[in-house]
Amino acid sequence: MQDSVVIKPYLRLAGLEPLVVRPETNFINVGERANVTGSKMFARLIRENKYEEALSVARQQVENGAQVLDVNMDDALLDGVLAMTTFLNLVQSEPDIAKIPIMIDSSKFEIIEAGLKCVQGKCIVNSISLKEGEEKFIEQAIICQSYGASVIVMAFDEKGQADTKERKVEICHRAYKILTEQVGYDPQDIIFDPNIFAVATGMEEHNNYGVDFIEATREIKRIMPLTKVSGGVSNLSFAFRGNDHVREAMNSVFLYYAIKAGMDMGIVNAGQLVVYDEIEPQLKKLSEDVILNRNNDNNEATEKLIAFAETVKAKGKVTVKDESWRQAGVEERLKHSLVNGITDYIDADTEEARQKYPKPLDVIEGPLMDGMNVVGDLFGAGKMFLPQVVKSARVMKKSVAVLTPFIEQEKEELKQAHLAAGTENIEAAGAPKILLATVKGDVHDIGKNIVGVVLGCNGYDIIDLGVMVPADKILDTAEKENVDVIGLSGLITPSLDEMVHVAHEMKRRNMKQPLLIGGATTSRMHTAVKIAPQYDNGVMHILDASRSVTAVSTLLSKEKEGLLKKTSDEYEQLRVQFSTKGKKTLIPYQEAVITKEYFDWKNYTPVKPAVKGVKVLKEYDLATIATYIDWGPFFIAWEMPGYFPQVLEDKTFGTEAKRLLSDAQKILEKIIEEKWFSADGVIGFWPATSNNADTVTLTTEKGEVKLESLRQQLKKAVGQPSYSLSDFICPKELGEDFMGSFAVTIHGAKKYIDQYAAENDEYNKILVQILADRFVEAFAECLHEKVRKEYWGYANNENLTNEQLIREEYKGIRPAPGYPACPDHTEKIKLFDLLNVTENIGITLTESLAMNPPASVCGWYIAHPQSHYFGLGKIDRDQLKDYAERKEMSLKEMERWLRPVLE
Amino acid sequence: MKTIQDCLNERILIIDGAMGTMIQRHKLTELDYRGERFKDWHLDVKGNNDLLNITQPVIITGIHKQYLDAGADIIETNTFSSTSIAMADYEMQSLAYELNVAAAQCAREAVAQAGKQAWIAGAIGPLNKTLSLSPDVNNPGYRAVTFDEVVEAYYEQVKGLVDGGVDILLIETIFDTLNAKAAIYAIKKYFRDTKKESLPIMISGTITDASGRTLSGQTLEAFYTSIMHAKPLSVGLNCALGAKEMRPHIEELSQIASCYVSAYPNAGLPNAMGEYDENPEDTAHYLEDWAKEGFVNIVGGCCGTTPDHIKHIAEEVKNIKTRQLPVVEKELV
Repeated sequence: MQDSVVIKPYLRLAGLEPLVVRPETNFINVGERANVTGSKMFARLIRENKYEEALSVARQQVENGAQVLDVNMDDALLDGVLAMTTFLNLVQSEPDIAKIPIMIDSSKFEIIEAGLKCVQGKCIVNSISLKEGEEKFIEQAIICQSYGASVIVMAFDEKGQADTKERKVEICHRAYKILTEQVGYDPQDIIFDPNIFAVATGMEEHNNYGVDFIEATREIKRIMPLTKVSGGVSNLSFAFRGNDHVREAMNSVFLYYAIKAGMDMGIVNAGQLVVYDEIEPQLKKLSEDVILNRNNDNNEATEKLIAFAETVKAKGKVTVKDESWRQAGVEERLKHSLVNGITDYIDADTEEARQKYPKPLDVIEGPLMDGMNVVGDLFGAGKMFLPQVVKSARVMKKSVAVLTPFIEQEKEELKQAHLAAGTENIEAAGAPKILLATVKGDVHDIGKNIVGVVLGCNGYDIIDLGVMVPADKILDTAEKENVDVIGLSGLITPSLDEMVHVAHEMKRRNMKQPLLIGGATTSRMHTAVKIAPQYDNGVMHILDASRSVTAVSTLLSKEKEGLLKKTSDEYEQLRVQFSTKGKKTLIPYQEAVITKEYFDWKNYTPVKPAVKGVKVLKEYDLATIATYIDWGPFFIAWEMPGYFPQVLEDKTFGTEAKRLLSDAQKILEKIIEEKWFSADGVIGFWPATSNNADTVTLTTEKGEVKLESLRQQLKKAVGQPSYSLSDFICPKELGEDFMGSFAVTIHGAKKYIDQYAAENDEYNKILVQILADRFVEAFAECLHEKVRKEYWGYANNENLTNEQLIREEYKGIRPAPGYPACPDHTEKIKLFDLLNVTENIGITLTESLAMNPPASVCGWYIAHPQSHYFGLGKIDRDQLKDYAERKEMSLKEMERWLRPVLE
Repeated sequence: MKTIQDCLNERILIIDGAMGTMIQRHKLTELDYRGERFKDWHLDVKGNNDLLNITQPVIITGIHKQYLDAGADIIETNTFSSTSIAMADYEMQSLAYELNVAAAQCAREAVAQAGKQAWIAGAIGPLNKTLSLSPDVNNPGYRAVTFDEVVEAYYEQVKGLVDGGVDILLIETIFDTLNAKAAIYAIKKYFRDTKKESLPIMISGTITDASGRTLSGQTLEAFYTSIMHAKPLSVGLNCALGAKEMRPHIEELSQIASCYVSAYPNAGLPNAMGEYDENPEDTAHYLEDWAKEGFVNIVGGCCGTTPDHIKHIAEEVKNIKTRQLPVVEKELV
């Protein structure tokens, strides 16, 4: 039987893509710059017929997050109908602009209608009103309706613009009745603009305008709940023009209260708002008093705000938002944009520089590299942090994208000239090339991407082969492109072997380039002991992205040999250290089994899981998951180590950390709101018993499944047990126990990662990648809690905070195959079979048993209150042999998988 | 007599198949197209299928009759190109009104001959000129036609169809939503001007390829949002895709459309010879699946489908419950 589909009365708009305004939708930003009355630059471009450039103004609005594009051509010197038609026709040919709905904005109805005739999507008309009486109003509304447009109705009638709450509500309600009862408009297609007027003008009768708007909004939404409220926000602070600092604060405070009262959308310059929470307390209080008309007898609050504004002005450029850098020469402007990560003007500035310099390449080698050198220096000096550098890279990429077609053209001309003259093309050489790849079998690439961005910022030509790249492809490309340095990355332990293999192949092929090693499981020790001996022409482990720049620049300089010699000496010492000190004392495996950990099983009653067998959870609520996010690792990924939230107060990078968090939260909101991700999980529980050694037997629908675990062999103090996960499951002769497993994944991130990559926006790309990782970890945490309390239900009285969860204070554990307690990745295959993971939630395993999508986690559930996490440490060959026999795998293959833990 | 709404609530209705495919079977010559009336026309008219409404009404009526006999509840008039804009190719702009009247009469005659209840949908095609796209790559702001011209052409077509006696107006094969919006505008204006009771509107868009977008670049949901104001009887998809390729889009539409949903795909994708060769059983099988899933209220065929296809489709969906209309909420809960 089909369930009835329910269609909600939401405001639905469309460009090439739909925009649905739901109750939970955040405030809708209407881009305001494509407006000749509001933007002098836009007006000049239109007047001079520079429509191409005018389009880029619109494009920038979309890039900066406008969800609706306001277009206004009301200028006495313009043929408004023609300008509107020309501009909108051009917009229709630009899918990256036309994707969002258009707001056709004019005080002349003929211009509005001209606009409606150009747009296939569902527009908003801004605006109609009762100014010229009901008849005209109805006539215009019918026309708007014939084009399928939503309408903004201004609170304006025959008597004039409404300024008090009562008048605003009265006019809006009258218009509502006419539109719904006589014209046949759906209530959700009606948007009111109850007029935002300037406050703090010095005229006492203006003091309540903010309150009037806010209270009118509240009342309008109460009596006409399906309608929307919009407004032009910047009017409010008009009295403080020239003092952006105060205006931004006032606008933000006003919006904060108006949105709470029900304002849905507004014409806002998003770049000119401050975060409400970040407004300095004194200014916030003064703004609130003025806007809410509190403590304002005899203009008292207004006077105080004016006085405050004077002090800000007096303080000068330190706090006032400063656009004066736009006055400087083009080189300075480019540098400013690069250092501050501003993309707003980069296309225009790049074009200006291109016209100024003899060759497009000169722009890159001149002003752009100068700017990036400043970025590099500041980064090196610890005055800029990774997120800022990535933003700078975004600016750089956008600028280079402008120049590339010209450079290509020039190259081609040069080639042709050489061909014609029969001369050799020696100018073809460019910047040093760095090849980066995540090795075969591994899908993790956040770290590698960051390194790519940082090196790219420093002028290197990055060839990024992506993830799961076989050795042959890496080395073929390196030879073909004649790269200068090769960098390998990997996150899971089997990748270490693959790196050894690549190094080995480099020697076989007699290659000369230095090889750099990076990634979470790599280490200086492993590189020294296992990889470096394979290849003689330089192997270096790179700890993090910030070190990659100095390493690469040294390797490409005269000091190369010196650095390689130094490194190789260090590695030799490490190898000696390893071989002497390395020999930890191990006890025989059989002895370790006897010294297992014993629980008091007789006094323990296992709880029977509430869920039997396998349960699939698709599209788990993202907002719920988000509350479980552990932000600590998020900052570590950005090379800002420390505990969260203390990292936000760090004296070196606290400010940047805050900004980063705010950027992340913005994306997080979109992820949740627009359902970018799909969080899918699968869990299962089965009766389980252990054999007093290292085998746990599950009783499943498909028969018995044997899980094998590894046991610590390090010699410990007397009385200290040698741990193994199987110790945490009840031995068969003492009763029946239970065990569970899970796999969770985040689908959907790739689309946005690719999209940002295509837009040359590395910053947001990496943000999304890191957030996907945080989400899946949070999902695992969230699901584990649900399992403890409900699906298994062995701890239904648990009540822990997120911090306690992060500190693992819960009962029971969820160890993951491939991680310290059970480092054997091959047990993942059994886990996948048990839960039918690939079929149920679409995670696949690579040949190295990495999970794809990369944001995936799987593991076992164990309930015993005394069970705990531990690290296996090294094991000896006797256990390897026993383990291989138990798993029916050849010794050689088992050795390959367990090499990282073998002594 | 039951209204079409009554019937749509009870069962899945069948719309007919391709007209062009059936006309081809008659292997008509230039002389046949011209008939007596246009024997001295200064341009070749072979291929002007809509002209046959005037010159070969018996053939057109016969094709309609075959579809009715095969089980069609709704037949489309042979007026895909009967607008002054499309007829300009043959310099027959002045015939537009007459073509529509004649076409509606052919369809009326066929229904009378079949002796069963059926509805005539006046087919309003997409035009050979488009409002959202520039035909000149060097001048993206250029348009070959204006919105007002398109409205005028559609207005004349609507007048002809209504005067000829159609029951429904069907805006179909929409690849540019702005053209469709002009048609909607013309229909609304016609009924406002004449103060006649409005006829129900069916709207059928075309998703051109795997991107899931219209030729003018809209996603399906954006398309639907942009034509909702027509308050159509049904919305659906036709042409460009075979049933197999159309399935995910029809599924999506069935979830978002507050009105009835129609679907009439091509008989598969064209083969190497440019012909449609999906056999009737296969087409019918796909549509049966959609019906079982509750995706559709009206099904039929587009390019390459024949009375045989329609017969099989009608058989397969006969006993399957029709899609329930969604609950359209009037307030936020």
